[in-house]
Amino acid sequence: MILVNVTKRLDTAEGPINAHFELSINDSEFLTLFGPSGAGKTTLMRMIAGLEKPDSGVIVVDGDIWFDSSKKINLPPQNRSIGFVFQDYALFPTMTVRENLLFAAETADQRHNVGEMIELVELTALSNRLPSTLSGGQKQRVALARALIRHPKILLLDEPLSALDPSMRQKLQDELSLIHSRLGVTTLLVSHDIAETVKLSDRLAVIELGRIKRICPPMEFFSPQTLSGKLQLIGEVLKIEEDFPAFIITLLVGSSVVRTVVSSTEASALCIGGRAIISSKAFNPILIPLP
Amino acid sequence: MESEFLTTMALTFKLATVTTLILLIIAVPLASFLVFSKIRFKSIIETIVSMPLVLPPSVLGFYLLLAFSPASAIGSFLTEHGIRLAFSFEGLVVGSVLFSLPFMVHPIQSALSQVPLSIIEASYTLGKSKIETMIKVVLPTIRHGLISGIVLAFAHTVGEFGVILMIGGNIPGETRVASIAIYDEVESLNYAMAHQYALTLFIVTFSILLLVYTLNKKSLGEIK
Repeated sequence: MILVNVTKRLDTAEGPINAHFELSINDSEFLTLFGPSGAGKTTLMRMIAGLEKPDSGVIVVDGDIWFDSSKKINLPPQNRSIGFVFQDYALFPTMTVRENLLFAAETADQRHNVGEMIELVELTALSNRLPSTLSGGQKQRVALARALIRHPKILLLDEPLSALDPSMRQKLQDELSLIHSRLGVTTLLVSHDIAETVKLSDRLAVIELGRIKRICPPMEFFSPQTLSGKLQLIGEVLKIEEDFPAFIITLLVGSSVVRTVVSSTEASALCIGGRAIISSKAFNPILIPLP
Repeated sequence: MESEFLTTMALTFKLATVTTLILLIIAVPLASFLVFSKIRFKSIIETIVSMPLVLPPSVLGFYLLLAFSPASAIGSFLTEHGIRLAFSFEGLVVGSVLFSLPFMVHPIQSALSQVPLSIIEASYTLGKSKIETMIKVVLPTIRHGLISGIVLAFAHTVGEFGVILMIGGNIPGETRVASIAIYDEVESLNYAMAHQYALTLFIVTFSILLLVYTLNKKSLGEIK
């Protein structure tokens, strides 16, 4: 159980704000910090890691105090049991994949585990390569394996997939989900990708301007309507074309582009770049297995 | 004559080696300070470090000579403790360290400023102390900057003339280095000897630089 209740003055594009974050994270939970850039998601994560100091408050992990301003306790990142995956991967450029993991390993047991961990992220064939020779997805897997090798109490993922192309992103989301369910490590993810959030997280903390607006399961936030729809998808509106008397809407759902017809009243409520729910009530969806 | 030549060359490279080693020890913390520290008067320190690039060597030499003289506060303090810096090898080392400082600090500083902060933070989150991070993560990453600094500082010390002439004079076996010897031999119209010094310096420095650039390119090729 992780309890966070911290304040910090943030300099944002709209001027300084006094951020206040209060949340508790359950054991083995996958919690996503979701919200626009500059809202303080990364700062919150860095405060939990000890890379930034809150102005006041407490951070307690499994009963251990990591930060308490009233008791003047502030553990350095070295003494916090964390695994941090950075947006730019942050691999050590002079060390091979294996050496990156060995550097992180502390005990003989963990060193022994390096091979298994490399296998878990499917990099056995590349274990003697330097990071500069790896693709983005491979680098991110190394970073993930390196963060997990010390069995941290909390895994912190700072937009780990944002620099990858959509198909690699989906593949890594699946792997992340698999690894999380296998290792059961409490995980905190910073993301502003809806698909990623829905796919991975147990709960979602919506952060706006230095405040947690809401904590709930992701679907409750993205799809609050209580329709009796049999099929419901969330997509991003790419194009609105008039085709009298109706409108043709092109949406991005996951990584596929979907076209659908709506009436002019429905179309007037949509805007390009906005989100929309596609819901089909009348018929059963047809599912055809893919090869 | 031949043994004097060898003594002078040995002294020249001894001075350059000692100076480079001392500079290496000073420059890494100094460059880290210049890159990572956020204090307000950083630019003053940066300016002082860079001064030898633009200052005539004779200016630095002149002030060092004044400072080293037993009549000055520093000089009398040193004399009391049995240290004589004017016209001595130790004095040359002090002068060369000051004068070659920017040649060591600048390449390290520019290499350090390109190290992504995230790899340093990643090392901290993996439980590694600041010192361990510096030795195992940062220094290997900036090794090209270190090599450039070492080569430049070494070569610059070998070639230094003005400061050494001012504070060292021309004492064979003590302060007489190759660059001074060349000047001296030309003055006494001994061109053959001057040529021997000059050509040796030329070939040695050329070889060092060539070796370093070849190695650098090779290891860069492996990393990139």
